[in-house]
Amino acid sequence: MIKLTINGKAHQLDVAPDTPLLWALRDTLQMTGTKYGCGQALCGACTVHVDGEPVRACSTPVSAVVGRKIRTIEAVDSERVGKVVQEAWRKLDVVQCGYCQSGQIMSAVALLSQNRKPTDADIDNAMSGNLCRCATYVRVRAAIHEAAKALA
Amino acid sequence: MSEIIIENLSRRRFLQGSAGLTLGFCLPAVAAGKLNRVATVNAEINAFLKIGADNSVTVMSKHLEMGQGTYTGLATILADELDADWAQVRIEGAAADAKRYNNTFWGPAQGTGGSTAMANSWDQMRKAGASGRAMLVSAAARRWNVGAAEIVVRDGILSHAGSGRKASFGELALDAAKETVPTEVKLKDPKDFRLIGKQAKRKDSAAKTNGTAQFTQDVFLPGMLVAVVAHPPQFGATVKSFDATKAKAIKGVVDVVQIPQGVAVLATDTWSAKKGRDALSVVWDDSKAFKLGSDEILAQYKEMAKKPGLIAANKGDTAKTFAGAAKVVRASFDFPYLAHAAMEPMNCVVQLKADGCDVWNGEQFQTVDQGRVAALFGLKPEQVKLNMLYAGGSFGRRACTQSDYVLEAAHIVKAINGKAPVKLVWLREDDMRGGYYRPLFHHALEAALDGSGKLVGWHHRLVGQSIITGSPFEAMLVKDGIDHVSVEGASNLPYAIPNLLVDLHTPTNIGVPVLWWRSVGSSHTAYSTEVFLDQVAAAMGKDPVALRLELLTEHPKHAGVLKLAAEKANWGTPLKAAAGERRGRGVAVHESFNSFVAQVAEVTVKKDGSIKVDRVICAVDCGTAINPDNIRSQVEGAVGFALSAALHGEITLKEGRVEQGNFDSYAPIRIDEMPVVEVHIVASTGAPTGIGEPGVPPLAPAVANAIAAATGKFLHKMPFNTAELVA
Repeated sequence: MIKLTINGKAHQLDVAPDTPLLWALRDTLQMTGTKYGCGQALCGACTVHVDGEPVRACSTPVSAVVGRKIRTIEAVDSERVGKVVQEAWRKLDVVQCGYCQSGQIMSAVALLSQNRKPTDADIDNAMSGNLCRCATYVRVRAAIHEAAKALA
Repeated sequence: MSEIIIENLSRRRFLQGSAGLTLGFCLPAVAAGKLNRVATVNAEINAFLKIGADNSVTVMSKHLEMGQGTYTGLATILADELDADWAQVRIEGAAADAKRYNNTFWGPAQGTGGSTAMANSWDQMRKAGASGRAMLVSAAARRWNVGAAEIVVRDGILSHAGSGRKASFGELALDAAKETVPTEVKLKDPKDFRLIGKQAKRKDSAAKTNGTAQFTQDVFLPGMLVAVVAHPPQFGATVKSFDATKAKAIKGVVDVVQIPQGVAVLATDTWSAKKGRDALSVVWDDSKAFKLGSDEILAQYKEMAKKPGLIAANKGDTAKTFAGAAKVVRASFDFPYLAHAAMEPMNCVVQLKADGCDVWNGEQFQTVDQGRVAALFGLKPEQVKLNMLYAGGSFGRRACTQSDYVLEAAHIVKAINGKAPVKLVWLREDDMRGGYYRPLFHHALEAALDGSGKLVGWHHRLVGQSIITGSPFEAMLVKDGIDHVSVEGASNLPYAIPNLLVDLHTPTNIGVPVLWWRSVGSSHTAYSTEVFLDQVAAAMGKDPVALRLELLTEHPKHAGVLKLAAEKANWGTPLKAAAGERRGRGVAVHESFNSFVAQVAEVTVKKDGSIKVDRVICAVDCGTAINPDNIRSQVEGAVGFALSAALHGEITLKEGRVEQGNFDSYAPIRIDEMPVVEVHIVASTGAPTGIGEPGVPPLAPAVANAIAAATGKFLHKMPFNTAELVA
């Protein structure tokens, strides 16, 4: 049994220790907001927070996150930065197909939690691990600036 | 496959009289309620509209939402004519039903593609909304015993000034559904639109920003197994034998079965299925496999290009013109295979039941997929229920002419005798190597200038595989050996050149499956025609915008967007470059899917040849702008999608094996490569035309022309070889 704390709740999972956090979330707990895109930490669709840091769940075995605080898109609005980012995303209609957007939002929240006034270069650095095949990047950037304004 | 024939396909035909509107009522219908939704009493007003006792207005979408804002767009049209309040509107994906929900441009087939969703639904959704409004008004008039003409409808409320009566849609819904369906309805004057042309917010934004949007990947059914498949390493190879001993020893693996597409490992979860697949040992029979590499394919195409092909367009006398030309400009262009690489890899859920079959899919091609699944199980098409979910991107991939991954899922279910529902999951590598690529093409162009320096002759020869041959669309889109989508954008060149010849070779010995890829033929023809025209302009000593305008006298919409883009980009003014950098502006204009787009790109080329696209100014004419913000969003995204192909996109084969597998070797652009994008929309009251695809074609040629303006070097290969640009 693997014990994980996800979105403030304790879970016991009957999975192998090498199981990626992504599949434990999706298939075992059916928390499907976190997406599979590449399996190799190349696209960022599976981004979650572990102790506040953005982490690619597809390449993180569950054994590595025991006893740490895991946060997923399902609870992103449980604190202010997450709520503000989500609102900015909606205000600017960032999404298109939407499949990568959980990961985009988790990366953006991690950035804004550490840096309330990110420059374009900061945004490039923090967000370049998150692919969007619809190329919603213009609006991802605009929404991060929008959220930063709201947080100021 | 020949059992599914789609007749009367015309992606380019404007709306025709018969929209096939199926009106009627069946009530009170209790909506089954998707997943966790609480069931509500809904009155079905017509095929596209349900009004709930809870005052909800549900628009049934016959088209897939794969990112293009289709759900929001269709609902906007209907809700405007209905005079609903946007806040009360919700959207549901309609179940497959070619009779009620056919694409009116495709005759009797249901499906989404060719940027037709708004265009083919425009009249249909307006009539559905207006008809619903008329039925609500009739019901109110009857209830209040007043004249229908005295009733006003606004933002979901009906009111009668004389009596002071008011009622919501929800209060009148059940009565309205009993009203006679009007045979003729009056549509709004465009000046009275309240949602169309305004900024209706996307209806899928909320669910797509909190993790609740339902994609195929997110479907879980009781007892469901997940399948990961070992596919052959070359197209056309088959299973000779396999040993599943190690795979079956992995915890969670339930079954291993052979299917025509390979060997499927079924497990209780995705990770176990993947581990099982990795542990599988398969011997492949490659006796019928396709074994050429991209280099050999291209070499063959270049050889073919030396001889005349089948004629796709012919005007004047090109042979005589070139023989007598004062100057001839020549260039050839190479385009690679391209994967769609949607963020959600292909997947499909199939469940066999006693009386039929259920399919869950980001369903883009209802009629084709339904027919094939039914045939496999020996069912009637109507026994196959297709549940259309959000698609995590498609760009054409989910409209597979051969239903490849849908049939693969069905075959797995068949192989286990339907004992469990199955979710087929393609891992990224399966998706990247799964074929159905934008075909590799070689183009050769020549232009003739006469003694006065005038452009008098144009010859364009193309070599590439046919997408349509062998598909259900063949009868409609292949004529006299010419696949229309191989030459679209080339055979209808808008420029006034008196002598023009376009000819085509269609190789048939290449075993790589090919498919439409966002903007289809225009994804390569816009590049070769627009870059070559700039090369001709350089040879003539003419400004690229001025030359185009001279040649577009009979195409005012091309000229209109070109002028607008040039003006907004301050065409002709100098661009400042930092020391050691070269900068340039380039332009391209192209029509696709009845829409017209011009783009001006501003590009910086560094000493090492690396490129940064700084800004792209776009002008778009797509008829009535149903949702201007969504048009901007689509064009922004199209710029990024097209830039990925210009800078990086390439699927290559070696001995028949695809060399790329994931986003390291097939790299879409990331946020740091995304330019600033400005989108200007031409005001229009014409019928709406496409917007999902038309933003793609002009981007790569505009960037290449900007590079040429900065460096003097025209690039003849996609993706760009920046080594050619080292200072």
